[in-house]
Amino acid sequence: MNEVPLSHILFVSTALFFTGMYGLFTRRNMITMLMSIELILNSVNINFIAFNKYLHADKLDGVFFTIFIITIAAAEAAIAIAIIINLYRSHQSIDIEDAAEMKY
Amino acid sequence: MPNYAYIVMIPLLPLASFLLLGLFGRKYLRGYSGTFGTASLLISAVLSCITAYNYFFVSGKTNGLYHQIVAMKYVWLPFTPGISIDMTLLLESISVMMIVIVTFVSAMVHIFSLGYMKGQQRLGTYYSFLSLFTFSMLGLVLSGNIFQIYIFWELVGVSSYLLIGFYFDKPSAVAASKKAFIVTRFADLGFLIGILILAFHAESLDFTTLIRRLTSGSPELLKITTASFLGISMLSWGLSLVFIGGAGKSAMFPLHIWLPDAMEGPTPVSALIHAATMVVAGVYLVARLFPVFAISDPDALKLVMYTGALSALLAAIIACTQTDLKRVLAYSTMSQIGYMMFALGVSGYGGESGLGYTASMFHLFTHAFFKSLLFLCAGMVIHAFHSNEIKDMGGLRKIMPVTHIGFLIACLAIAGIPPFSGFFSKEEILQAAFRSSKWVYAVGLLTSGLTAFYMFRLYFSIFWSKEAKLSGNQREGTASMRIPLVILSICTALAGFVPFSKLITSDGLPLETHVNINFSIIPVSIALFGIFSAAYLYRIENDRPEKVARYLGKWYQAAFKKFYIDELYIFITKKIIFRLIGRPVAWIDKQVVDGFMNSLASITAKISEGIKGLQSGKIQNYALYFFAGIAGLAVLFIYLWK
Repeated sequence: MNEVPLSHILFVSTALFFTGMYGLFTRRNMITMLMSIELILNSVNINFIAFNKYLHADKLDGVFFTIFIITIAAAEAAIAIAIIINLYRSHQSIDIEDAAEMKY
Repeated sequence: MPNYAYIVMIPLLPLASFLLLGLFGRKYLRGYSGTFGTASLLISAVLSCITAYNYFFVSGKTNGLYHQIVAMKYVWLPFTPGISIDMTLLLESISVMMIVIVTFVSAMVHIFSLGYMKGQQRLGTYYSFLSLFTFSMLGLVLSGNIFQIYIFWELVGVSSYLLIGFYFDKPSAVAASKKAFIVTRFADLGFLIGILILAFHAESLDFTTLIRRLTSGSPELLKITTASFLGISMLSWGLSLVFIGGAGKSAMFPLHIWLPDAMEGPTPVSALIHAATMVVAGVYLVARLFPVFAISDPDALKLVMYTGALSALLAAIIACTQTDLKRVLAYSTMSQIGYMMFALGVSGYGGESGLGYTASMFHLFTHAFFKSLLFLCAGMVIHAFHSNEIKDMGGLRKIMPVTHIGFLIACLAIAGIPPFSGFFSKEEILQAAFRSSKWVYAVGLLTSGLTAFYMFRLYFSIFWSKEAKLSGNQREGTASMRIPLVILSICTALAGFVPFSKLITSDGLPLETHVNINFSIIPVSIALFGIFSAAYLYRIENDRPEKVARYLGKWYQAAFKKFYIDELYIFITKKIIFRLIGRPVAWIDKQVVDGFMNSLASITAKISEGIKGLQSGKIQNYALYFFAGIAGLAVLFIYLWK
């Protein structure tokens, strides 16, 4: 079987990462921003898996890290959504521009 | 040897009275503060007299020599094994004499104040200040450690400041108190440096050790005389600087300018502090260090002599022209202290040549009595006329007989007419001066003539001259004001008969002195001439004084303006020191020092104003910074950190 080279996979993960970054910086809706963060996390996961498989096939460290990150991402999503709900209750909005009181 | 531990009580009683009156006087002891202060002082005075009796006639003498007795010693601040600041009570002949004078005059002034200050609002404060002064003065004279003397020296200065400014609602009194404090403080700077020089080289602060090391041919003496600065040996520097401190306190030229102004204080205070006790502290200091002056450094003693003689003459001339009663007395004090100073200056150490030392201490003793008597009489007169100007006074002799007699006795004493006390002491001083330096002797004679003239000018102007113009029915004070006058008059008349030269001499050995009739003729006739010319000019109101003043023209004006010394001081301070030093320094402080700090602050403020936009409150911006930072670090680690 003709193997996919590592660089291709890294290209996908990089594209995914910068897509997430773009979403994070430009979107005003907090839910969308949360989704962008998930994209970034998953691009990192792909990196871990790819490096583990291609460079150290006899080890499982990268796989473990990926599992940790998925778990933490789930917890993080729960907390972020709780924050967003609370913010909606106080501001009647989930637009990030409306929550900019903490400045100089 | 009797136990001298009770001497601690002598200074501690006034201290206790100061604390009690100062803390509770206003609230609880309102009516009694005077009685309380006076009672504690009287006990102190009695104890001092007992001490003096014990010291001089019972136990002070061994083998015909008066020695030192350390009544108490408490090591307070030890620096090195040799150098420590101790609290010592040291009895020797001059300190015993001084405690008697201080407590006695202070007690008289306390009693006099009962009447004089009656009805004053701040009577408790007044008496507490008086007690503080008495305590500090007693501490000063009993000191056995040169640093202890400095501590009490400053305390005395503070209480003098407080008492001069007692009428603090009078701007002139406030100005006078500040002037007195600053001038004496300035002189005390010299004193402190002098102490440090002497103590550094002698490696001791203790008087006895210091004097022993600096008089015998010890290695310390060799070191201090060989070390020199600007061509003058360190010993001369040290002693001269110490003398500057003494000259400031004793109102010697040119540091005398504070004394006439100090007369703004209540008159009994002037009697106590600015006539009898505090102002002789400088003389006392020189007398304490006298062996060092006389044996090791006659040059510094010359300085004492010239300063004293110049002050005596200058003050006597100024006193002839002043019209303020208390100012005349102030200049006369300065002149008499000048006498004491030059008497020390002409003296040698030990035996016959130590006559000047004995004479100086004798004059200090008699002066305390007649000058405090003069001031208390002046207090009575001012009480009657409500004015200090002698032009407003006259014809008091029938209305105030006690004051009249007291003032007359004091005037005769200060003029040196036998058999009053001043005659004997002045006689000894002139004899000592005659032996040592004819110039100083001439100055002394001239001064004594002038003294007789200006004192009797006061006497005739106040008690004779024109008819008294008193408002209402005046009586001569209360009994508490008359009693001290009577006691002091008796002392003034008789103090000359104390066998002083047997008790107090420079080396502790008794000295034989006798009044020499042939020698006395000149000074006494000069004094009588002064008295008669004063009588000619002032006994009846006439225009002769004006004629004399006009005849003397510029000279009279110069003396009337106190030889422009105050103006000179103002010129130096305002025109030279303030303008050439003060203002540039103020400019540097404002522009350079403050400017540096201010520009630091304003630069910080400007930068933060510029970058505060970074903290926008927008999370996405923060995320962007975060990523930029990470990217920056990545570049750093990958490309630069090899």
